[in-house]
Amino acid sequence: MAILKIENLHKSFGKTEVLCGVSFEIEKGDVVSILGSSGSGKTTLLRCINFLDRADAGKIYVEDKEVFNAKLSNLSAKDIRKNQLNFGLVFQQFNLFPQYNVLDNVTIAPKLLAKESSEYKRNKKEITEKIEENAKALLERVGLSAKLLNYPCELSGGQQQRVSIARALALNPKVLFFDEPTSALDPELTGEILKVIKDLALKNTTMVIVTHEIEFAKNVSNRIIFMDGGVIAEDGAPSEVIDNPKNERTKAFLSKFNELNGN
Amino acid sequence: MFPVLQEVTLHLSEGFITTFRIFIITLLLSLPLGLIITFGSMSKFKPLSYIIKTFVWIIRGTPLMLQVIIVFYGPGLLWQLPAMARMNAVLIAFVINYAAYFSEIFRGGIESIPKGQYEAGQVLGMTKAQVFFKVVLFQVIKRVVPPMGNEIITLVKDTSLARIISVPEIIMVAQDYVSGQALIWPLFYSGLFYLVFSGILTILLGYTEKKLNYYRG
Repeated sequence: MAILKIENLHKSFGKTEVLCGVSFEIEKGDVVSILGSSGSGKTTLLRCINFLDRADAGKIYVEDKEVFNAKLSNLSAKDIRKNQLNFGLVFQQFNLFPQYNVLDNVTIAPKLLAKESSEYKRNKKEITEKIEENAKALLERVGLSAKLLNYPCELSGGQQQRVSIARALALNPKVLFFDEPTSALDPELTGEILKVIKDLALKNTTMVIVTHEIEFAKNVSNRIIFMDGGVIAEDGAPSEVIDNPKNERTKAFLSKFNELNGN
Repeated sequence: MFPVLQEVTLHLSEGFITTFRIFIITLLLSLPLGLIITFGSMSKFKPLSYIIKTFVWIIRGTPLMLQVIIVFYGPGLLWQLPAMARMNAVLIAFVINYAAYFSEIFRGGIESIPKGQYEAGQVLGMTKAQVFFKVVLFQVIKRVVPPMGNEIITLVKDTSLARIISVPEIIMVAQDYVSGQALIWPLFYSGLFYLVFSGILTILLGYTEKKLNYYRG
């Protein structure tokens, strides 16, 4: 059973068609990297799956359950929220909440969510403690145990991004999406993020990573999707897509990349 | 001299109490009303947003003094309604006027919050209200304190407009000494009240800004 299935997703902004029919499936434990040049629709694809933009056509299934169907477009705010919780999203710009410290950034959403459960009134203290325990464990995993009470402005970009990964994990998403997680970072800080993602991959976290780090994509993912002009141009194991691309556009993209890196 | 000083101080203090009442009631009521007006002017329902924007334009585009006069005399002269208490007329005009100004400050503050903050809240499963009240509002408050401080200091002095419909605020009391007893110094003395009060407010606002400065962004 596919944990996520995308069927024929289309999205236009005005007259510009950004997604022209994208379909793919991923299984539990997959780590999929999405490559492609700017404007190929990678970020829009992620935004549509995460309900930040609404696709014009197509369907999205989570564990065989339809969570989005553009034809039945009248999803209520409540449904959208429920569906959003299937996924976590790590942004390029981190988007931490600046007024909360690191721990609160990670616990705020689970705490708000817990308040809606019927159990909350009876076990308030226990539930809150559990959420905090979990948050601390996650922050330890990303190496930030010493920064629990710091504010985002006191952290480096790499540390902020690690907090935002912990924040996304705190809601236990079925699939964790990354939108160019290292693009806003200095080159010497990208390593720490890639290490965290790699660690998550080893623990069987299902992830979809939009990235420009081709070497990293090759290392960490079991599958690469190459997007071009709003469609999937190539889709397969890293060894096929990166080392033996069949599609002309993929070849051009990779050779340009290799040129830039002096390979 | 001293009995006079005592008497003037007493009278000016009474006037200042009226001044302070106008100030504090206007502030407390116009802040939430301003936020409501902001929601209206930012509404995606265009007719509402146009109506609110026109309203804000009229309120900001005409003198507060005129508004005070109209609120006090208008209902009686236009619709033969019984006269309302002078103080109430002042408060109604002031609250509406300041709410209009505050709403524009709030709007600027809200629009300055990066879209990513909303999106982060959204993908974390927060409702729109949770995103606004738990994530955005506090950041808006931090950003609007400086311009808000400006308006608040202006409000201190605008309270003197109440005298136009004979509400005995401090300037009116002081001016009575000029016209009744040919004393000029009570006017300067009344200025001192304003200076001290706005000085205290400046310190409070500075303290608030500093408190909110525990984070950047």
